[in-house]
Amino acid sequence: MYRYDEFDAILVGQRVAQFRDQVTRRLSGELNEEEFRPLRLMNGLYLQLHAYMLRVAIPYGTLSSRQMRRLADIARRYDKGYGHFTTRQNIQYNWPALSDVPDILAELAEVEMHAIQTSGNCIRNVTSDQYAGAAADEIEDPRIYCEIIRQWSTFHPEFSFLPRKFKIAVTGAPNDRAAVRVHDIGLRMVRNDAGEPGFEVMVGGGLGRTPMIAKTIRPFLPKRHLLSYLEAILRVYNMFGRRDNMYKARIKILIHEVGAERFSQLVEEEWSHIKETPVDLPAGEIERIVAYFAPPAFETLAAHVPEFEDSRRDDPAFRDWVKTNVFAHKQSGYAIVNLSLKPVDGIPGDATAEQMDAVADLADWYSFGEIRVSHEQNLILPHVKQADLYELWKAMVPLGLATANIGLASDIIACPGLDYCSLANARSIPVAQRITRRFEDLRRLHDIGELKIKISGCINACGHHHVGHIGILGVDKKGEEFYQITLGGDATENAALGTLVGPAFSYDTVVDAVETIIDTYLQVREDGERFLDTVRRLGIHPFKEKLYGAH
Amino acid sequence: MQVVTANRLDDGAVVYLAENGAWSDRIAGGRLAEGKEDGAALLADAETAVAERKVVAPYLIDVVVEDGSPRAVRFKERIRASGPPVRPDLGKQAARG
Amino acid sequence: MALISNGRLTDDPWVTVADEEAVPASGPVIVSLDRWRAERDALLARGGLLGVRLASSQLASEIAADLAHFDLVALEFPTFRDGRAYSTARLLRERYGFAGELRAVGNVLRDQFMFMHRCGFDAFEVADEGQVEAWRKAMEEISVWYQPATDGRVPATALRHFRSAAE
Repeated sequence: MYRYDEFDAILVGQRVAQFRDQVTRRLSGELNEEEFRPLRLMNGLYLQLHAYMLRVAIPYGTLSSRQMRRLADIARRYDKGYGHFTTRQNIQYNWPALSDVPDILAELAEVEMHAIQTSGNCIRNVTSDQYAGAAADEIEDPRIYCEIIRQWSTFHPEFSFLPRKFKIAVTGAPNDRAAVRVHDIGLRMVRNDAGEPGFEVMVGGGLGRTPMIAKTIRPFLPKRHLLSYLEAILRVYNMFGRRDNMYKARIKILIHEVGAERFSQLVEEEWSHIKETPVDLPAGEIERIVAYFAPPAFETLAAHVPEFEDSRRDDPAFRDWVKTNVFAHKQSGYAIVNLSLKPVDGIPGDATAEQMDAVADLADWYSFGEIRVSHEQNLILPHVKQADLYELWKAMVPLGLATANIGLASDIIACPGLDYCSLANARSIPVAQRITRRFEDLRRLHDIGELKIKISGCINACGHHHVGHIGILGVDKKGEEFYQITLGGDATENAALGTLVGPAFSYDTVVDAVETIIDTYLQVREDGERFLDTVRRLGIHPFKEKLYGAH
Repeated sequence: MQVVTANRLDDGAVVYLAENGAWSDRIAGGRLAEGKEDGAALLADAETAVAERKVVAPYLIDVVVEDGSPRAVRFKERIRASGPPVRPDLGKQAARG
Repeated sequence: MALISNGRLTDDPWVTVADEEAVPASGPVIVSLDRWRAERDALLARGGLLGVRLASSQLASEIAADLAHFDLVALEFPTFRDGRAYSTARLLRERYGFAGELRAVGNVLRDQFMFMHRCGFDAFEVADEGQVEAWRKAMEEISVWYQPATDGRVPATALRHFRSAAE
């Protein structure tokens, strides 16, 4: 993974000193709240329902064990002993004091971490495939390009006061695990006819108030022109994005209003002026960054691992876990391991400081010291020997990290919701908890199969409900919490937005509604059909009937 | 009936305007305003605390008095007054025991 | 109001003339883009130093063809959140070759000085004289840059390779 050189270290250190000065000026009154707010946001510091909230960047969801230990330490010493992993691969602390934040940032800088641009109307954390560098289906490790984009976008003098926030995601594989089609810019690695790798460039995806799937404006962009092309897109957005209405200020609205074709022309026109300027990186710099993402020192191992096969045969609980939580690795004899942060009755995406420390140790023993965070709020150990899987699983069980539910109905994405967030209209966490309790039985969960439930506590859709197979949106109806349900959303390369089934359900009846939907699926599904496939085949009608009665 | 609430600048804690320019971290300690003028006056008082860098973004909330104690009308404000319901071990609710 | 120009507090020789006011017979004047368009011939005939002031919605391409007539271009930041002028500034400098004074006016705050400077602004209309000390500090706070911009500072991405080439 990337390691800071002296330039990176100086920059992050200077940013800490700059923010420390800004906090001092705020506390002394030299800056009022209106002037201070954008400055603290650009360091990821929100004022939330109960306290400040600090969002720390985990660039493209990659962490070293050393960094994870520091995150645990910060949770223990400056917060209340836990952190929350988000749908953008970041971590959030819910209780820091403003006066402590400069020290927190200084301690993060010591381990090459920061909270730069995790909020504000600027380019945010570049997210990616949690299996990058490990999955067999990828063309190249997308994190190389995420790091290139991260540096280019950090303190970009022209793009720090955009009309609105800007989110970029990159996938190196045709199977999109990074939800690129619902980002402001989505980049998907592809090969041209000559077999050369480049990017399909998609623009204008997003969730929230007006969800949209991104449009492809360039089917193939050569890798070397990545930054100049992005610069052209951002410049067109900065100049022409709406600034009159914050709910219409994302790039997706601009593309919707001028049309993808016209937008593409504007970008190509701008790009024609800058594509041979130094904004694109020299080959030497790209090579330098590529070197950081070289594969770890894998051993040469046989594909068939008898001890693993035996454990799987003999231990049914281990077998269940392997079925859902272990993903095939490109290197023979290795595996990708998911650590579920979705235990029954748990808070999706939360981890205690003790769990974080334990994961750091497990990473050191089993995964070359490397950890990933997925946008589905789980942790990953990307490079585990199959021969080690049984020992690893046994170690994870008492830590509460081994729930065998990845991709199943209890692997729920949920935003913090009204329990924590000042923007929320309804609670999302207790709805998730109740669903996991209703579907506690592992046999039942496995029988239902792949089912992605996503819950947002408000229209801002941080829980990605629009792209859930079952999406749940909390709304406020006359001061009471109600929940709208959508079906058939998809965050993958087949991206689709869910369809509303009908009137909203109360806090008390929403979990019954979810169970009715799942039972209906079980009744009408065809052999081997996932929930999403059944919805695609039949539409929402059969579910609507069961939920609301015949019309 | 209304009280003024805000977040403390230094640590972000939820506070309620009490007597004599002091701020309480309990809604029970909040000074009650009855009627629009009273509420506006309370808010004006709160603005002094903003200028003095004690609190950020004060605003009025509706309360009802139950058993002699103010209770927020809006659900969101009841959550702010007690802490995240999903973690009864954290926030003001925990301190109350 | 005070003017910071090339890093120093400077007396401002320029007069910004409101649209309804008469343009003085002599002396350097700044007029709005609308006025320039309406009274172009008269302003050219007047001779002397001429500046134009753009609102944030008025972009570089709108004055590109006329740049030879201007010794100064002022770009407005109606609120510091409106970042369009950063792009306008870069295009004026890098695309259209404007070499005169590029002045930031409006809601021009210390924490944006460095970004403005990198985008090609060389003069800043600030709230008060005290800001010049803040300006100096702001210029020194961050010394590493990842991306090339108008200011010609060599980005880290290039510095890394000068250094290793020299070794």
